[in-house]
Amino acid sequence: MRSFVALAALGVLGAVLVVAVTGLEPFGHYPGPYGDVLAKVVPDERHTGQLVAATVFDYRAFDTLGEEMILFAAVCGCAALLRVLRSEHAGEGAPGRPVPSFAARAMAAALVGPVTVLGVYVIVHGHLTPGGGFSGGVVVAGALLLAYAGGQGLRLRRVGSITLLEGTEALGAAGFLALALAGLIAAGTLLKNFLALGTSGMLLSAGTIPVGNVAVGLEVAGAVALVFAEFLEQALLEDPE
Amino acid sequence: MALAGLAVVVPLVTAALLAGTTSLHARRVADVVALTAAAATAGLCLALVIRSSDHAIVAWLGGWRPRGGVALGIDLYAEPLSAGLAGFAALLTVAGLLVAWHQVDTAGHLFHALVLTFLAGMVGFCLSGDLFTAFVFFELMSVSAYALAGFRVEERAPVEGSLSFAVTNSIGSLMLLVGIALIYGRTGALNLAQIGAALGSHSPDALVAVAFALVTCGFFVKAAIVPFHFWMADAYAVAPTSICLLFAGAMSELGLYGVARVYWTAFAGPLGPHAEALRDVLLVLGLATALLGGVMCVAQRHLKRLAAFATVAHMGILLCGIALLSHAALAGVAVFVVGDGLVKASLFVSVGALEHRRGSVDEAALYGRGRELKALGTVFAIAGLALAALPPFGPFLGRAMIEDAATKQGLGWIAPILVVASALVGGGVLRVVRTVFLGRGAVPPRHPACREAVAEETDLERGRTPWPTVVTGTTLLVLGLAWGLVPGLVDAATHAAARFTDHAGYAASVLQGAAASAPAPAGEAPTAAAWLYGLASGVLAIAFALLRTMPEGPLRALHSGRIGDYVAWTAVGAAAIASVFALTLA
Amino acid sequence: MSLLAYLVAVWLFVVGIYGVVTSRHLVHLVMCLSVAQASTYVLLLGIGYRKGGQAPIFGDIPTSTPVVDPVVQALALTDVVVGATVSALLLALAVQAHKRFGSVDPDELNALRG
Repeated sequence: MRSFVALAALGVLGAVLVVAVTGLEPFGHYPGPYGDVLAKVVPDERHTGQLVAATVFDYRAFDTLGEEMILFAAVCGCAALLRVLRSEHAGEGAPGRPVPSFAARAMAAALVGPVTVLGVYVIVHGHLTPGGGFSGGVVVAGALLLAYAGGQGLRLRRVGSITLLEGTEALGAAGFLALALAGLIAAGTLLKNFLALGTSGMLLSAGTIPVGNVAVGLEVAGAVALVFAEFLEQALLEDPE
Repeated sequence: MALAGLAVVVPLVTAALLAGTTSLHARRVADVVALTAAAATAGLCLALVIRSSDHAIVAWLGGWRPRGGVALGIDLYAEPLSAGLAGFAALLTVAGLLVAWHQVDTAGHLFHALVLTFLAGMVGFCLSGDLFTAFVFFELMSVSAYALAGFRVEERAPVEGSLSFAVTNSIGSLMLLVGIALIYGRTGALNLAQIGAALGSHSPDALVAVAFALVTCGFFVKAAIVPFHFWMADAYAVAPTSICLLFAGAMSELGLYGVARVYWTAFAGPLGPHAEALRDVLLVLGLATALLGGVMCVAQRHLKRLAAFATVAHMGILLCGIALLSHAALAGVAVFVVGDGLVKASLFVSVGALEHRRGSVDEAALYGRGRELKALGTVFAIAGLALAALPPFGPFLGRAMIEDAATKQGLGWIAPILVVASALVGGGVLRVVRTVFLGRGAVPPRHPACREAVAEETDLERGRTPWPTVVTGTTLLVLGLAWGLVPGLVDAATHAAARFTDHAGYAASVLQGAAASAPAPAGEAPTAAAWLYGLASGVLAIAFALLRTMPEGPLRALHSGRIGDYVAWTAVGAAAIASVFALTLA
Repeated sequence: MSLLAYLVAVWLFVVGIYGVVTSRHLVHLVMCLSVAQASTYVLLLGIGYRKGGQAPIFGDIPTSTPVVDPVVQALALTDVVVGATVSALLLALAVQAHKRFGSVDPDELNALRG
């Protein structure tokens, strides 16, 4: 019954949406003006050619601030929802979990280093090349997951590690907020790009944009790893059936 | 200038600090720090209201001012209505944190961090002058809410309630985002004033109408308008009391605020000639919501679900006010939001206190066990009468202004319907007074599938209600009652609403930095007819309180608790509203 | 066809929501929600596309080259983060639902009715 109602409703909704999108410009003919104005002014004003990074970390930095805090709130939410209650106690490991093969462990050990370096590279060069804090942060968190896949990750369960991850994630969030406030204190307006702009194409250029990238990278890496650690803790509570 | 940004950043910084130190488990310190942050935010918003009383404050973040009418950056727009709503949300957050003072499990500092991010989301949403920024902070508010609703993970019901809440509202956000994408595709702008300028007064085509429909549907899911309302009772029934009062008093109202804001800044131009068609559609939805909420409210035995449906009914009344598309009605909506929000918040606090003292929220289980709790019973009774819009209290004033505005437009026939809806809500609460606190008369029959919802709430009985709860509950109620008696409120609200609905003035102040000369119509005190309606709904509420049951079988069966059903209804609602808008507004 | 990108977005949206309505497994439900979210990415990026435009990064191309719209890319980035976080929360709730109800079938979550 429910699926018939939904089918009918979604059919109507789909038809209405199709009629609506015919009112858009044909695909491939972006009319502007927002993107075009930015393409004109950004290279000179921000000494960077990475328009997306400039949009994300400078012109529309407030959206990124909100988005960072959404990530932060979701991680706090996951940590709260997956918390180990007093009535449950952490198991000593999942007895049924297979030991990774030698190939898997060797591969993971070999890759963790390069993956971390790649992640850091992507984060730090966010204002010069595609990528930036978000993608780079996920790559760095991937290195941590590789360590788990290689058999070393059960140590995530220790309280010390989770505290470290929590601290990193909060530091990233606080870092971005501090950047916003620093703009307020140094230049009178919230989120103002107040550092020296430098020369376009150099690592230290475009003012606060690379700093924002690092803060975001820190937070995303911490967040992904923390969520993973929380889920893992819950999985290790399961009784083997 | 900096005030607006700080109002958002202060709760966020505090949340980050609290979450980072969560392993320290310094509970009382966290309580005090969170309370201070919420109070500081309320103070900042109040300062914004005062500073913007002459002309609006437009804060361009990052210093990016518009060039040639194209907004490069994001602006925060503060004027009495938006800053006032943000301040009200902050005030309710303070109340919620006080009620949570004696909450046992707060997961370290995570509860406080989540409440503060919730507050920051609400403040950012109110002050945003950019459509996508509004979406981002709307999502921040929603994500925090999902986690807070399901906070008591040790029980079964909160997990289910939070799931329904999260899935339904995520789909609402998706619809909102599709609408935003369509608008961006047409206008190339995300700034509300610039969108309004770009859409101009051209006759709207299907794209504009459907985009507006989707944005409205996305907001309506949050505001629990029929048929998007199913999640609300489930979520309110399971959330901790301190969170319920935040949800009821501020979160759902923000959904309607979003509709009003987007309409009057961006769509008033193209949709202006079709105002009557829009008004009719919104009125139908509003009246349906008000009546459905009222009927379901009276049929509930679970006290929190009863209060949740009371909220649904009042959302319907608010939508009727917005649907009238006039500044006089909007002034009534603003007054009603605050007055009703305060009384509802105190109702939730009272329900929480009753749960604490007697260990249940099921009316039948509590039958007659409230006889010794005379003070609590009095609070319930006064709240019930106030919710029924008995004059001269806060909710009455708001509803009276809406009814008068409707009569001026020749739509006076909606007033009796609003009376019935308010009376049903008040009747439900007063019936609880009759059964629990007086121990007289019959209780509505238990719905066969309702067993689980009430079995969860048992807790140890405790001797006294904690003093923060008592203080908060009574203060909220007194404020809500007194709100209707504040001198000059009607004038101030009408003035603020006139500025809110001033489409051209908004665009000028944002895009050209012109200090808009605010129109200043005088407000009118409620007419005698409104007083009569108020008294009538009070009397009718007492009559409804004596009823044993209402015929509502099929209606209750629809509220099945299944996510799939809720989402199916959401799709039906979206399809209906989108096609009606496309046909009548294009 | 100049509308294909937009039609794909509409299809994804509708199919994703249908999947949510008829889902019998909470993880499947979350994935269907992700599909519906993907429709917004396609729509946004499709709106910003310019035929013959380069990626909006002036690293080694002259600044006068026509580029696609960077703003929708920033919007899509935010959208992806929001979608991922909501999925994480929903999956956390799914884990708890399995523990409390012993089932991940949304229709068997029956603690709230009426």
